[in-house]
Amino acid sequence: MTLREGDIRIPSGCAVSGIIDKSRKRFSGEEIIKSIAVMRERGNGLGGGFAAYGIYPEYKDYYAFHIFYDNPEIKKQCELFMDEHFDIINLSKIPTKKMSEIKDEPLIWRYFVTPHPTKLKASQLDEREFVVKSVFKINTGIKGAYVFSSGKNMGVFKAVGHPEDVGRFYKLEEYEGHCFTAHGRYPTNTPGWWGGAHPFALLDYSVIHNGEISSYDANRRCIEMYGYKCTLQTDTEVITYIVDYLHRKKGLDFKEIASVIAAPFWKTIENYSEDEKKKAEYFRNVFASLLITGPFSIIVGYQDGLVALNDRLKLRPMVVAEKGSRVYIASEEAAVRIIEEDLDHIWAPRGGEAVVIKAWEDK
Amino acid sequence: MNYIYPEYEVVRNYSRCITCRACENQCANKVHSYLECENRMESTDDNCVNCHRCVSICPTRALKIVKSTHTFRENANWTGKTINEIYKQAQSGGVLLSSMGNPESYPIYFDKILINASQVTNPSIDPLREPMETRVFLGRKSHEIVRDANRKVITKTTPQLDLSVPIMFSAMSYGSISYNAHESLAKASEQLGIYYNTGEGGLHEDFYKYSKNTIVQVASGRFGVHKDYLNTAAAIEIKMGQGAKPGIGGHLPGAKIVGAVSRTRMIPEGSDAISPAPHHDIYSIEDLRQLVFSLKEATDYKKPVIVKIAAVHNVTSIASGIARSGADMIAIDGFRGGTGAAPTKIRDNVGIPIELALASVDKRLRDEGIRDSVSLIVGGSIRSSSDIVKAIALGADCVYIGSAALIAMGCHLCRSCQSGKCNWGIATQAPELVKRLNPAIAYQRLVNLVSAWEHEIKEMMGGMGINSIESLKGNRLMLRGVGLNEKELSILGIYHAGE
Repeated sequence: MTLREGDIRIPSGCAVSGIIDKSRKRFSGEEIIKSIAVMRERGNGLGGGFAAYGIYPEYKDYYAFHIFYDNPEIKKQCELFMDEHFDIINLSKIPTKKMSEIKDEPLIWRYFVTPHPTKLKASQLDEREFVVKSVFKINTGIKGAYVFSSGKNMGVFKAVGHPEDVGRFYKLEEYEGHCFTAHGRYPTNTPGWWGGAHPFALLDYSVIHNGEISSYDANRRCIEMYGYKCTLQTDTEVITYIVDYLHRKKGLDFKEIASVIAAPFWKTIENYSEDEKKKAEYFRNVFASLLITGPFSIIVGYQDGLVALNDRLKLRPMVVAEKGSRVYIASEEAAVRIIEEDLDHIWAPRGGEAVVIKAWEDK
Repeated sequence: MNYIYPEYEVVRNYSRCITCRACENQCANKVHSYLECENRMESTDDNCVNCHRCVSICPTRALKIVKSTHTFRENANWTGKTINEIYKQAQSGGVLLSSMGNPESYPIYFDKILINASQVTNPSIDPLREPMETRVFLGRKSHEIVRDANRKVITKTTPQLDLSVPIMFSAMSYGSISYNAHESLAKASEQLGIYYNTGEGGLHEDFYKYSKNTIVQVASGRFGVHKDYLNTAAAIEIKMGQGAKPGIGGHLPGAKIVGAVSRTRMIPEGSDAISPAPHHDIYSIEDLRQLVFSLKEATDYKKPVIVKIAAVHNVTSIASGIARSGADMIAIDGFRGGTGAAPTKIRDNVGIPIELALASVDKRLRDEGIRDSVSLIVGGSIRSSSDIVKAIALGADCVYIGSAALIAMGCHLCRSCQSGKCNWGIATQAPELVKRLNPAIAYQRLVNLVSAWEHEIKEMMGGMGINSIESLKGNRLMLRGVGLNEKELSILGIYHAGE
């Protein structure tokens, strides 16, 4: 039997792509499928997925839970838990298309929920922390159920397969959003489980990642002290938790987060102004165990936009391009050119340099 | 009648010996003597401690020391060593004394742990071409971010130690080692950007100039402790225990309390310096907390406080208590840790291996969510750069080296420090012996050793694809055990090789 993520640590190579319209103008998922399909060579058909933002405007005040179930019994059990902790506003099967390229699908359900007011009050947690705790309870407590998306007005869609097939399977072309990310995976063994594909998401944070981080166990053992449980043994999972911890719980902005996880070298810091030096030194010292080493390019999606970040040595490729209010990020330039020939500007960010793209205020 | 046959024999190659009498002149144990009538050297093997001073100094390589082949009737239970110990005690009625670390054949877990390297999926990094960082800060890591009105982060932290490489020289007192040895350690620390530790012997007035690189110790005898001593230091260490002799105190004989040693320890010349087994103001954890805060009060909360303990069976609970006592760092000394003198049976039978103590303490503090409130320093014994890499991957922030530093200065591990007749000028106060250790040379040898280890650490880190040492800390996936049983693996928190 092949082992699932969580039973074994599986390093992967990958392709990443992201598109955002800063004016929050919505467009079809067709484009991101086209972009990631160009980089088919970078994946091996053992995992693909998408995060899409702005796709559920009619339910934008509710958390959208996307859940995989191994069988109907588990679904019942999980729904009991959900009923107890949340008001479920709407639930349905996520529409999919039968196709030969995608096999062994689990039950895939979507719920729009809001925390049960009395439960929330009793928990003494803020609303988002309550949601996080509930997601962990399902993912670690109900075997065979797996919440793989839990943000507002966004959703993750992922499976075992090539990403363009996964996109068609989920009918992504029928969704409209203002921001998408996509991932094609090249894991070094044969995972049979859909939960292992990217993006990895918690609340509205989604992470796609190309690389294998050498700091994994140092990061994991640190972040687990702060209320997270790494059940999948994947780099992406631990990066997501670090981002959530630093952004949501510690209030760091993404430039500051970059100075923790892809910290500037001490030699670089030496040349900073006195003020900047103090700050950089402070972050490196205080969050030393959250420094991520080894090759990575990541795209983080969140409610305000996208962040692109490379490891401090830039050991993985990534370009960023602009055209009007659109910004594109991809492992390869070709994946941008296929959807926009005529770019205003294209560049390769330096290692450790966070590119933060904020969508304009939502009116 | 002497029941004990010498353990070592001096072998002299008479065809090479030029009777220059250098060996005679150099041996404080009076092994060599000159037989004038025959114009040749002879040896009294009984006195030899196998320190190699004569071997190293002999200009014609005429000398070597061999283990005696003289033997008792073979007996797996009553070994020659055991029989000789009984002879000694039957003769003297005293406690057996020894020096340096436990030499017995207990498992050395460091030697059963292997380190990972990158292949294919993750590139290794060449430290000669790319930055490779070994700088560490020791002290509490508070994640509470405070910002001013303009959202600017307030970067103030509790006091920290800033090291270029996570290696420090462990506590060795002025008294147990010589003035020149102390000067060498202090000077090397300054050049390397690390720290040395005074031990419980006070700080000689000449060495206040190295105070930025000095950790001062407060131990149960409180020798040499005063306000300036505390305030001049970079950090203060409360010594609760020592790996070589957990549970007991110390005794520096009055004969060694002379001149500057007496002045520095602030006790009269010729009086025995007896450090009690416990601190008599610390009978429980809440008392320790009071001492931690007394020292912080005395130094205006500007100095980090280390609490040093020996690795004993319930080390995890003790460490957990210390982490909540206000201390900034915990130093754990394993049962192989060195000493200037300890009862042999205690040194060889009390305490536990540092690898197991470290792994359990690191895990326990993480389970309780308080690992970031203290730094962990481990010693006893760290023998090489690979031991350091393994210790850090198991969860240490930094290591203490004592024996390795002495060896770098010339110690040959003859384990006779308690005699005070160290031929290498290290563990002695005899002026004619002390002057043999040239601080200008010894400090350079210490710098060389630490620099060499730093290079090796960087190579190993680069091999793992790690370019900053903080990403190695507690990164146990980088380790695999060989020949360890399930229980040992589970305590170390590592997989077996092949898994």
